Formats: sequence, C-alpha cells, structure tokens
Amino acid sequence: MTKGKVAGIIANLVFVEVDGPVQQNEICYINLGDTKLMAEVIKVMGTQAYVQVFESTRGLKVNDTVDFTGHMLEVSLGPGILSKNFDGLQNDLDKMHGVFLQRGEHTNPLEDDKKWEFKPIAKPGDVLEAAGWLGEVKENWMPHKIMIPFKFKGKYTVKSIVEAGEYTIKDTIAVVTDEDGKDIDLTMVQKWPVKVAIKAYKEKPRPFKLLETGVRVIDTLNPIAEGGTGFIPGPFGTGKTVLQHALSKQAEADMIIVAACGERANEVVEIFTEFPELDDPRTGRKLMERTTIIANTSNMPVAAREASVYTAMTLAEYYRAMGLKILLLADSTSRWAQALREMSNRMEELPGQDAFPMDLPAIISNFYSRAGFTYLNNDATGSITFIGTVSPAGGNLKEPVTESTKKAARCFYALSQQRADSKRYPAIDPLESYSKYAEYPELEKYFRENIDAEWPEKIALARDILIRSREVDEQINILGDDGVPIEYHDRFWKGEVVDFIILQQDAFDNIDNSTPLDRQKYMLDKVLDIYHTDFTFESFEDVGAFFKKVINVMKQMNYSEFQSDKFKENEKELNTLIEERKTA
Amino acid sequence: METQAFQKIYTKITQITKATCSLKATGIGYEEMAIVNGRLAQVVKIIGDEVTLQIFSGTEGVPTNAEVIFLGRPPVLKVGEELSGRFFNAYGDPIDGGPAVEGEERQIGGPSVNPVRRKQPSEFIPTGIAGIDLNNALVTGQKIPFFADPDQPFNQVMANVALRADADKIILGGMGLTNDDYLYYKNVFDNAGALDRIISFVNTTENPPVERILVPDMALTAAEYFAVDKHQKVLVLLTDMTLYADALSIVSNRMDQIPSKDSMPGSLYSDLAKIYEKAVQFPDGGSITIIAVTTLSGGDITHAIPDNTGYITEGQLFLRKDTDIGKVIVDPFRSLSRLKQLVIGKKTRADHPQVMNAAIRLYADAANAKTKQENGFDLTDYDERALNFAKDYSEKLLAIDVNVEVDQMLDTGWNLFGEYFKPAEVGIKQEFVDQYWPKED
Ligand SMILES: Nc1ncnc2c1ncn2[C@@H]1O[C@H](COP(=O)(O)OP(=O)(O)O)[C@@H](O)[C@H]1O
Ligand SMILES: [Mg+2]
Repeated sequence: MTKGKVAGIIANLVFVEVDGPVQQNEICYINLGDTKLMAEVIKVMGTQAYVQVFESTRGLKVNDTVDFTGHMLEVSLGPGILSKNFDGLQNDLDKMHGVFLQRGEHTNPLEDDKKWEFKPIAKPGDVLEAAGWLGEVKENWMPHKIMIPFKFKGKYTVKSIVEAGEYTIKDTIAVVTDEDGKDIDLTMVQKWPVKVAIKAYKEKPRPFKLLETGVRVIDTLNPIAEGGTGFIPGPFGTGKTVLQHALSKQAEADMIIVAACGERANEVVEIFTEFPELDDPRTGRKLMERTTIIANTSNMPVAAREASVYTAMTLAEYYRAMGLKILLLADSTSRWAQALREMSNRMEELPGQDAFPMDLPAIISNFYSRAGFTYLNNDATGSITFIGTVSPAGGNLKEPVTESTKKAARCFYALSQQRADSKRYPAIDPLESYSKYAEYPELEKYFRENIDAEWPEKIALARDILIRSREVDEQINILGDDGVPIEYHDRFWKGEVVDFIILQQDAFDNIDNSTPLDRQKYMLDKVLDIYHTDFTFESFEDVGAFFKKVINVMKQMNYSEFQSDKFKENEKELNTLIEERKTA
Repeated sequence: METQAFQKIYTKITQITKATCSLKATGIGYEEMAIVNGRLAQVVKIIGDEVTLQIFSGTEGVPTNAEVIFLGRPPVLKVGEELSGRFFNAYGDPIDGGPAVEGEERQIGGPSVNPVRRKQPSEFIPTGIAGIDLNNALVTGQKIPFFADPDQPFNQVMANVALRADADKIILGGMGLTNDDYLYYKNVFDNAGALDRIISFVNTTENPPVERILVPDMALTAAEYFAVDKHQKVLVLLTDMTLYADALSIVSNRMDQIPSKDSMPGSLYSDLAKIYEKAVQFPDGGSITIIAVTTLSGGDITHAIPDNTGYITEGQLFLRKDTDIGKVIVDPFRSLSRLKQLVIGKKTRADHPQVMNAAIRLYADAANAKTKQENGFDLTDYDERALNFAKDYSEKLLAIDVNVEVDQMLDTGWNLFGEYFKPAEVGIKQEFVDQYWPKED
C-alpha cells in the first residue's frame, strides 16, 4: 500500500507527500504517535495528496507518517445495523469508551460474535446477481436479507448454502461460483463505499404511491410519494426538527434512518431517550426497533458531518435492496453544505455564491437522486423516501443551499416565520409549499382509487379557500372590520377553519399528532361542508364568535379518538351549531 | 511566563502580517503554543518547514529578529478546586494579585462528549424572573443567549440569574467587557458573598481583541473539570459572544480567508457550536449550563452572528423596553426556551403550561388591539380589557425586576385573568379553572 508523510497542516486540511498511487476519496490513516487519525483524499497535485482529516489535527507534525488503505470511505453492511446509534463514519457510539469522544477511536459497527437465526432463500443451482437474496435473518422483527455483495459483477451460481440455523456474521453461509468457475465464500457482511450509489436494482419508475405521514398539511395538501424527495427549509425555531421527529415517529415506513447532521446533541438525546419507550402504532413494537440514528452533531468533526449523510443514504440503499420501505431524514443538509464550504475555502478554491463551492448544486442533486422507488431484480419493490431540512442563513430562501435543493427535491415544505410566531404549527406555509407529485397522473389515479374519486378537486378547493381567505384578510386589515361587507368576514373565517382544523396539528398530543388518511378525508369533508353552507349573521362580531366556536368544537374532535363517543358527541355539538346559524 | 533552559530559541522571522508571523522551524506540532518576544502565540499553519504563528496580542512592534520559543504543547489551563474565587485573564493567568493555581494541566478546546453519554436535561433552574421562569423556563444543561441591543441591561439580568440559580459553580467568561462592567460583576458577586463559587476569565476592552478567542475555551475547560470530575452543577456565563465572533473575523480576514456572510468566517457555525455544545447534562448529576449574551446591531437577528447562534442554541431571550410601563421586559413573543417543555407542568405546578399559553395569547390580542387603535379603528370592549391586562401583565410578570417563586407567578397570572376576563375568554382547561380561578369576594 502507498505510504506518505505529512508535509503541511491547515486546520483539518493536511498535505501528504506520497510514495505511490493514491485515488480520489481514498481513506488514509495519519499516525500521530499511537493514535490513527482517519482522513480522506479530496485532491491530488503531483505527489501531494490533500486530505481532510475526520478528527482534530492538534499536535500533528510535519513528517508524521501516513498509511493509505486503497479504498474509499466504506460502511459495513450486515445484520446489526437496526436500532444502532452510529457516528457519521459508522462507529458504534455505544461501544466507545469514556464520556468524551477520543480521536482515533474506531468501533465495530456490527457484532462479530452475535448469532443470528439464518434461513436460506436461495438453493444450490440458483443463478443470482449482485443484491440477489441468499437468505434472511430476523433483525428485531424485520426480515433482513443476506445478499450477493453489491460489488460483485456478472452472474453467480449458488454452489452450496448452509442449513437454517444460528450463524455469526463472520461464518460462511454460502459458496457461489462466478462466471469463470471460481468459488467464492460468502458471509453475512459486505462493504460498500458511501459516496457511490448502490444500483443493484432493475428499474426506478416514477413514484406512484402515497407515503402516509400522518401529518395533514403534508398528506392532504402537499403529499409526498413513496420513493419521493422533499425538503423543509425554515429559519431557526420554526419547527424543522419537531416536524422531522414527527415524521420519524408516524410515517408509514418499515425503517427510519435519521441523520442528525451538524445539529444539537440534545435533540439526538431526545430520540435516544424517547424512542425506546414509544410505541410504533402500526406494529405495536417500540419505535427504536425500526430506527437507526446517524449522529454527527454540530460539535463533532466537520468533515465527518459531510460523510454522515452519505453513510445514512448507503444504509438506506442497503435496506431498500431487501425490499423494504425506508424513510431517510436528514437534519440539516445546510450543515453538510457548510462543511463543504469550510473545506473548499481552506483549499482556496474559487468560491461560488456566499462562498459555497461552485459545484454545490450538482452535489446536492446527485445526493437526492439516490432516493427513489425501485423494482428489484427479483421483482420485489423497495423504496427510499428522503426528506431533508435546510437552514437558510438569515431565513432568506434565496440562498444557495435552498435554491440548489429546490431544483433537486420534488416537495417543498416552506416553514413560515409568521406562522411559527403565531404558534400555527406545523408552520408549513400552505400556499408557498408544493408537491410536484400531486400533479403526477400516477398519483392522481392513486388518490381517486384509494381515497376519494373527487380527491384532487377537493384539494384544489381547499387551497382556493385558503387563498381567498388570505385576500379578504388583507382587505379587512386595510378597511377595518366594519369597513367591509359581512361576507368578507364569512370568507375569512371559512379559511381559518381549514387552517385550524386541517393545517394545524399538535405534534405533542398523542392523538392529534398522527392522522390516518381515512380520518383526514373525513375531516376535510366536514370542513368543505361548512364552506358550502350559507350562514346568516347580524354583524361582523357574530361571524368571528360563531366560527371560533366551530373551530373549538372541531379541535376537540381532532383531539379525540376517531369515531369514539367523545368524537361523536363533539360532532353532534358541531351539527347543532351549524343548524342554528344556517340560512334557512 | 514559562520558558525552559533546554528550549531552542529561534530568532529569524521571515514574514509578518497584522496578526501572524512566520518562521522556519521543524518538529512543531499543530496548534502548539509559542512565545514571540514575550507575547503568546499559537501555530495556525505549517507548510513544510515554514510555521505560521498567530500572535494573540497583535504583531505591532514585533521585529524580524524576535525571540521565538515553542512550548511543545497546545494552550492549557491548570484545574483544581483552587480555581474557585479567582480572576484570570484570557491565558488563564491570575489578574487578582493572587498566586498561580497549582493543579492538573488540561488542554483547552478538548473533545466533545459522546452523545450517548448525555442525559436528557430535566432539572428546572428558577431565576425569580417571571419573563424567564414562567414563559421561558431554563433547564440545566441548556445553552441559551440573551439577544439584546448594546444599551440594554443584560449584564445586570445575567448577574441576577447567576446568583439566584442554584449552581455549585458560576464561571464568567468576559469578552470585550468594559472595565466598568467587569468591576460591576466583581462587586455584585462580592456583595452576594458568592465569590468563593465564582471563577472568572476576563478579557476587557483594554486587552487586545484577538485574545478573546481563548476565553470561552478557558471557561469551559474549567467547567468540564467541575462538571465531569466533581459532578457539580456549573453555570457558565459568556458575554459578549458578538465580540468573540468579531475577533474570529478579524483573524480570518487578516489571514486572507474568504469571508462568507457579513464578513464572518465560513466556519462561524462550527466555531460557535463547539462552544455552545459544551452545555451538557450528565447522568451522575454534573451539568454545564451556558447563558450567553449576543448583542445585536439595530435589533437585526438576520445578521450572521445572531442567526448562526439561533440555529445552535436552545432558544433565545429577548430583552425589550416596554414604553407603556417604562421598564425592560423579557419579550414573550420573540423569546423561546426550547427545553421548557421538559420541566414546565412537570417540575412546576400542573397549570403552568396553560397559564403561560393563555397569558401570551391574551397579550397577543392586546398587541392586535393596539395596532387597531394606532390605525384609528374603534376598539371593542374586549380590546379595552386586553389592553389593560397587557399593561398589568407587563408590569407584574414580564418586567426584569420581578423576583418571585413560580407558584406566585402562576397565582398572579390567575388574578389578572380574573380581573379582566371571563373563563371562556381565557380558554384554560376546566379542571384548572375550577381549582385556581379567583373567587369573587
Ligand atoms: N408542531 C409543533 N407543535 C408545537 N410546538 C412546536 C411545533 N413545532 C415547533 N414547535 C415549537 O417550536 C420550537 C422550535 O422547533 P424546532 O423544530 O426545534 O425548530 P427548528 O428545528 O426549525 O429550529 C419547539 O421547541 C417547540 O416549542
Ligand atoms: Mg432544528
């Protein structure tokens, strides 16, 4: 392997004089005494490799030795990933010693001696390609497929496979023969470089199914498709993290991967603390059983922050190849972009807008393109739905990360400062935000067949009500409450009903936090009924007073178990209220 | 300052800029400390045998034949119980006339706590200030700044909070503190008889600005000693973080780095996060809580310093002058404690969240009424009552001179509701109304 010597140091950028070939993105270890600092090649000039070090370079000296590994940053793929807390480089955080993260400490992401209950799927004579399923083990409750390694090219004939039984990830579970007749022993683990997309699938069609999130303003008004992409930009404090946590708790996915990328450690601690206790409503198991966390918080090394999103995506691709439905969340992708900026500035590259690297848009769109719905080679399906947050500097959506992401992601969930200030949570601006999937004929068909034959029209109407409510609100503010006709107040308040009952949702209430689709449809129908009803009012004060009561009763409905006695009682009260005011 | 006989002395500086000097030297470690003609400096760049040093007090008057001695170690602080009650400069040298501290040498700016070794914060910090305790309760292990214009009394509020918080140690990191403010802190702590549990690292306006860069790391290294080794509850006060960030930008601009927004270094977010994320709750009871000050210019929170801070800290406290009552209040709309839900109604009375929300909602109604009034529209009876409520609420609860227990804040809240509103207008859960609504007399 190539060796090198440190020739220069600027923060975590180190220049290494090398004695042989190196590859772009190759991993090397710098020897600082007995401590091995992990680093990645990011540029090569003649015999000098520029490496970004994933740990602090304090105390490093010129002429310290460097060992190259011949491979890029890789993750280990095998049973044992689920429910783990990893750092951005897939070190198992729970295995690390001491209170503080010691540099140079690298821990095994998997357990070499743990026994897994293996069941063969393939039989001798079967011909498989990369990602072909050999067998499966139960990881928590999940059928974890053991596959032909993704790196394998061509066809492989299964020569032998072990019987059902207990095996460790290091045991040989199958022998396959390649096209040249060479036998290869396979275990339950394989490695894959994180910056390369895993493409061992047959086809990636346009997404055509809804991914239920339980969040009304998303599912009803701006739906995300299974295998789709979306992003959540918003100034600090507008609810990005609360929304992502809500999605991670409720979304209808087999597995959730949360990449805490350059944000607060206490927010990750919240997941560590709560998820092992919280139930997954769909399986009755604990949420942590379907969750894996990649924690590279803001105080952890910056270069590893960039790696963390790739690590998370690669784990998602691995599980997708097992035919699972993955939801990948990253909070916040801006921190990853900032990590790129810090390095690009240190290398004195020509800066783009706001000193971000010129190729930022390409990097972002390349990353988002790794999500998607796939047909696997065996015709099973698997998907990665990806939703990232963006933290725009100064809350200005015209900054490079937001703009680049807007080009890459198909759903845009803009959090509005104004809505957050008035505690209208989730603060997703219903009119600024959009879902491109809502316009896909595939999805439209899906809605008409699975929710309501008139669904797209109803959604369009709900949007319309909101727009018109906003317009008259402006008029009322200019002309005064009694300077406008009473109908204006009626129109304004009908929009408020949509806002309070459909858009607003209490993420901290055990019932309101998650609304299944049938219930979303039920409530939307109710709200639209009210819209279609004509009411008679004496004065503008009556309008507000009436609709406040309507909103209050409907909120109680949102807080009650669907179709429970309490729900029905409130519904009756609502009907009475409406009857009283209805124009004869 | 330390020098040792066997150390090699370099006397040939090859380059001098406003903040740095370079020389040829070998065997030097990155971030190693050095002394250049008696001034402390740190290695910021090594290319081959050329070493660049950042001189904290500036390069004015540094000659090309200055004596350069490398200390063979990064910046350190000697830690021990003896730190208590002492005042130090940015380098950790005593400025109170007392002896040097004997103790274990610790590198400053050390590694981060493994997130799985943290505990979720859950201990309420009462301060007596209702604008904080009632609406923005603080929790041990939290990090939160005051966002304030330079003319607001944030140092006074912070000193009060520090003294009332039940902390084992209070560590003051002063950056660009005026001498008057420095003496103010010293006096307040002295008068409160609290000096023995206070440790200060101070860079005043009389000291070179770049020295400030060391202050937070010094303060937090001391904090980690008490929180980790001694399992104590430590409160760290950092004022003014805007001046700290300004010092960072001075350095990066002088080193010709490409500035990003507002001429701040592109690494500002990471630099600030490294400091604030030292706030932590440990399972064994030790904790570090950070309360900071970020001064704003013209109230602009979109400037890179408050903006990056807001993305890092767990909320922010806004001070504002309420002209109606002529007092400074904690603004209930723009202030936020992100950790408050971990304690309110759990460590405090069960009606706390509802009283808090109801009062703020009514205060917002008053703000709307005020806008209506200013635009010349008629006020309804409700509007009038809301306006009167707001004035009382501001005076009796939001003003920073309030100093009462949380239960009393809640009782005051109920009394104000009873005085100006009907239960239906307040919209609090019936069980609490039954229990706390003031009885007619
Ligand atoms: N859906 C919600 N329901 C209630 N409160 C919310 C909601 N979303 C956000 N909040 C409030 O806003 C605060 C900040 O939210 P957070 O998600 O941390 O913001 P961001 O990640 O955008 O900075 C939370 O601590 C909480 O008090
Ligand atoms: Mg957040």
